[in-house]
Amino acid sequence: MSDTSAPTETAQSGPMLAADGTPLKKSLARALRRQKLRALLLIAPLLIFVLVSFVAPIADMLFRSVENQIVSETLPRTTNALADWDADASDSPDEPVFEALFYDFFLAQERKLHTRLGTRLNYEMTGMSSLMRQSGRKVDDISDVYFDQFDDLDKNWDEAEPWAQLMGAPDWVAKMEGWEKGDRLPAFKLAPGIADLLPKTAEIYGEFAKFTINEDEKSLLKEEPWGVVHTALYQDLMAADVSSYTGPQAEMLKTADAAVVGFETVGFKDGFIEIDEDWGSREVWTTIQMYSPAYTNGYFLNAVDMQKTVDGPQMRDEDEQIYFTLFKRTMFMSLVITFSCILLGYPVAWLLANLPSRTANLLMILVLLPFWTSLLVRTSAWKVMLQQQGVINDVLVWMGLVADESRLVMINNQLGTIIAMTHILLPFMILPLYSVMQTIPPSYLRAAKSLGATNWTAFWRVYFPQSVPGIGAGSILVFILAIGYYITPEIVGGTTGTFISNRIAYHISSSLNWGLAAALGTILLGVVLLLYYVYDKIVGIDNVKLG
Amino acid sequence: MKLSKTLLASTALVAAGATAYAAGHGMADSMTLVSWGGAYQSSQQNAYVEPYLAMNEGVTSTWDESSAEAVAKLRAMNEAGNVTWDVVDVVAADAIRLCDEGLALEIDPDEDLAAAPDGTSAEDDFGDLLVSDCFIPQIVYSTTFGYRTDMVPEGAAAPSQICDVFDLETYPGKRALEKRPINNMEWALLCDGVAKADVYDVLATDEGQDQALAKLDTIKDSVIWWNAGADTPQLLADGEVFIGSTYNGRLFAAIEEQKQPIGMMWDAQVFDLDGWIIPAGLPEDRLARAKDFVKFATDTQRLADQAKYISYGPARASSAPLVSTHAELGIEMAPHMPTDPENSKNTFLYNYEFWADYRDDIDAKFQAWLAQ
Repeated sequence: MSDTSAPTETAQSGPMLAADGTPLKKSLARALRRQKLRALLLIAPLLIFVLVSFVAPIADMLFRSVENQIVSETLPRTTNALADWDADASDSPDEPVFEALFYDFFLAQERKLHTRLGTRLNYEMTGMSSLMRQSGRKVDDISDVYFDQFDDLDKNWDEAEPWAQLMGAPDWVAKMEGWEKGDRLPAFKLAPGIADLLPKTAEIYGEFAKFTINEDEKSLLKEEPWGVVHTALYQDLMAADVSSYTGPQAEMLKTADAAVVGFETVGFKDGFIEIDEDWGSREVWTTIQMYSPAYTNGYFLNAVDMQKTVDGPQMRDEDEQIYFTLFKRTMFMSLVITFSCILLGYPVAWLLANLPSRTANLLMILVLLPFWTSLLVRTSAWKVMLQQQGVINDVLVWMGLVADESRLVMINNQLGTIIAMTHILLPFMILPLYSVMQTIPPSYLRAAKSLGATNWTAFWRVYFPQSVPGIGAGSILVFILAIGYYITPEIVGGTTGTFISNRIAYHISSSLNWGLAAALGTILLGVVLLLYYVYDKIVGIDNVKLG
Repeated sequence: MKLSKTLLASTALVAAGATAYAAGHGMADSMTLVSWGGAYQSSQQNAYVEPYLAMNEGVTSTWDESSAEAVAKLRAMNEAGNVTWDVVDVVAADAIRLCDEGLALEIDPDEDLAAAPDGTSAEDDFGDLLVSDCFIPQIVYSTTFGYRTDMVPEGAAAPSQICDVFDLETYPGKRALEKRPINNMEWALLCDGVAKADVYDVLATDEGQDQALAKLDTIKDSVIWWNAGADTPQLLADGEVFIGSTYNGRLFAAIEEQKQPIGMMWDAQVFDLDGWIIPAGLPEDRLARAKDFVKFATDTQRLADQAKYISYGPARASSAPLVSTHAELGIEMAPHMPTDPENSKNTFLYNYEFWADYRDDIDAKFQAWLAQ
């Protein structure tokens, strides 16, 4: 088309004009655009529905395969401080990292986020779950050292109000005092200058204030601050000079400033190793460092039997490799099922298309009846049929074909999955085949035969090629459905007949490793799309007919 | 796909639920309870829910049989910001995970739970069974073995100890084991000469895990792996397997209610707990109702009543003496309890801490081993 129109266009001296004087091209485009817009508006409800309820959830789920913000969100200071740590140079990081860990961890356990992080990291390293849980219980061993000393010095250090007056801006404190239960809590505001004087304390108290106001919805004048602020205050007082401070609670602060020099101290690193010696282990820290970034390829590596290590991705130990086997098996069995469906479905579809309509209708009902029966019922029925004490074995033994001691094993293995799934998916092969075969005029076969073809040649050279689009459509349907099956393989597949989807289901509902499930799902989706592309190249998707 | 459906369904449910709850004053007048279905759920209906509804007129309850997927569904609901469940029945390991994930509410036993009739505080009455801050135990159940009495080989005694499961010579035939490492690994080590006290120390090492899998390898070809608790009783009833592990209550039902030729083998049974959790983030009125219900449903008498319907041991020490006879069969329930002294000569307690850590790792190995 474009080849023929191009020369005429260049031959024209000026643009062709429409009746109203605008160039014809432009006015045509406008008219078309309006039409397209109208068409789009017509399908808009469906489009929006599909986007919101289908595409968006899937995209959201698949996105989890790379998402990894949990580590840097739960331990923001630690991951920052850990960025420069060189795992080859030392077994465990130095004091500043542990100091960051202490603040992060204390805040996380107050917000009950540390166990969530433990679950996440436990997917990568065994033992992280209990390390986090136990450390959460004991992290105040460290903070209590300072808390107790401040408390001994002045009981007011364990009171809510003096702290609020010291840290909060006067106008905020005034608002707070006027606050009554049921009202909205005023947002916390730091006292002017306090952030310069006591930077760490201001930061930590700010976190506490934010959490208490937003999550707990309690008054800061009633809630004593978390024990961690005392540690921050100790560090600030050791570093700062507060003699010029004249704000609220100046007296209390100055007394403390004079006393802290004599305080008993505890090292953060020693403290954590005391809580659990695993904190001194190189493996724990490399795991945290490796999973610090907000996005990770770790899930995808896991999904192909690899793992992240300090020296880059490596294959897992042989006794932990499973996913590659499962992918291979899923592909192989889906292909076998597809071929079995073609073999069994083709003659049935041929009969359906060629019998007189009365008989064909009866046969059609026989095809559709199982199609309408619940999947679980059909699968369970196969269980009854195939098991060792089942119907088929009983009949074989009764007929004397099989000895009672050596009954056939037909279920809880690949064979069981193939038989049950072939039966379940058979209608998806028969129906497209049937509708294609119906359109093949019987006169072609007769013509072939009258020209001297044998039955076989007439079928193979004339009839079969015309039914290929039906085989194509049926195969795509069956194959893609088979690849995602998991209920039937779960029930009749035993150990050798399960699919990758069974593992995906396991990670979604049992291990809760949604990231890995998403990575496996993404790979599966990718493989299906790839196969579809190859299929299109070889068979051509235009050759597929559903009717 | 599954998730998006869950999300959609929960959104729709909440939209419908919100109007219903709006009418509540202080306490919501309907609640959604989540349980396992089957005989277990009906025992809860009979022992807890019906008396509770009789006491509180105008309150209605709905069951959702989703406990098997409770953790995943609660997480999805929580992410969508629409928790539609009020009280959820889960096994202790799931309760610990829900608590870790911040999806379950922390409970103060002495405030939220009823004291025993003699005044013992709830905390002492439940004792060690309070394995998580969020978990309110109901029953002690066990995973143990049942065998076909008519398939015991001639001349051999009925299987009476755990290692008989691994003894293919004396007891040929198929075995049913759960398709997960938990329990199977412990049993394998126990029968491979590891002392009971050392089982978890050994299992924590790579060599120990290999040792357990090697022992399981000796019977691998004779094992049918089950996923649902109902599988083993069915396999036993069909004569598909000679011996198989499952929950003791399922075996009780098969033996006493369905009169199947099945015998119990209690040796090395693994105790586990089942109980309630309240999802985190409930609105105040629903939370008040959920707490009120749970307090009632876990008091001494109610827990003892449940044992009339199912052979699981009540989680309160004070309930044990009140356990009586089966509501329909009229048989004495105490000898069918996993906690009965006659049955609990050699027992394990599910090691929650260990499996929380090692579950992912050992499961990967176990599944790879299965797939070989």
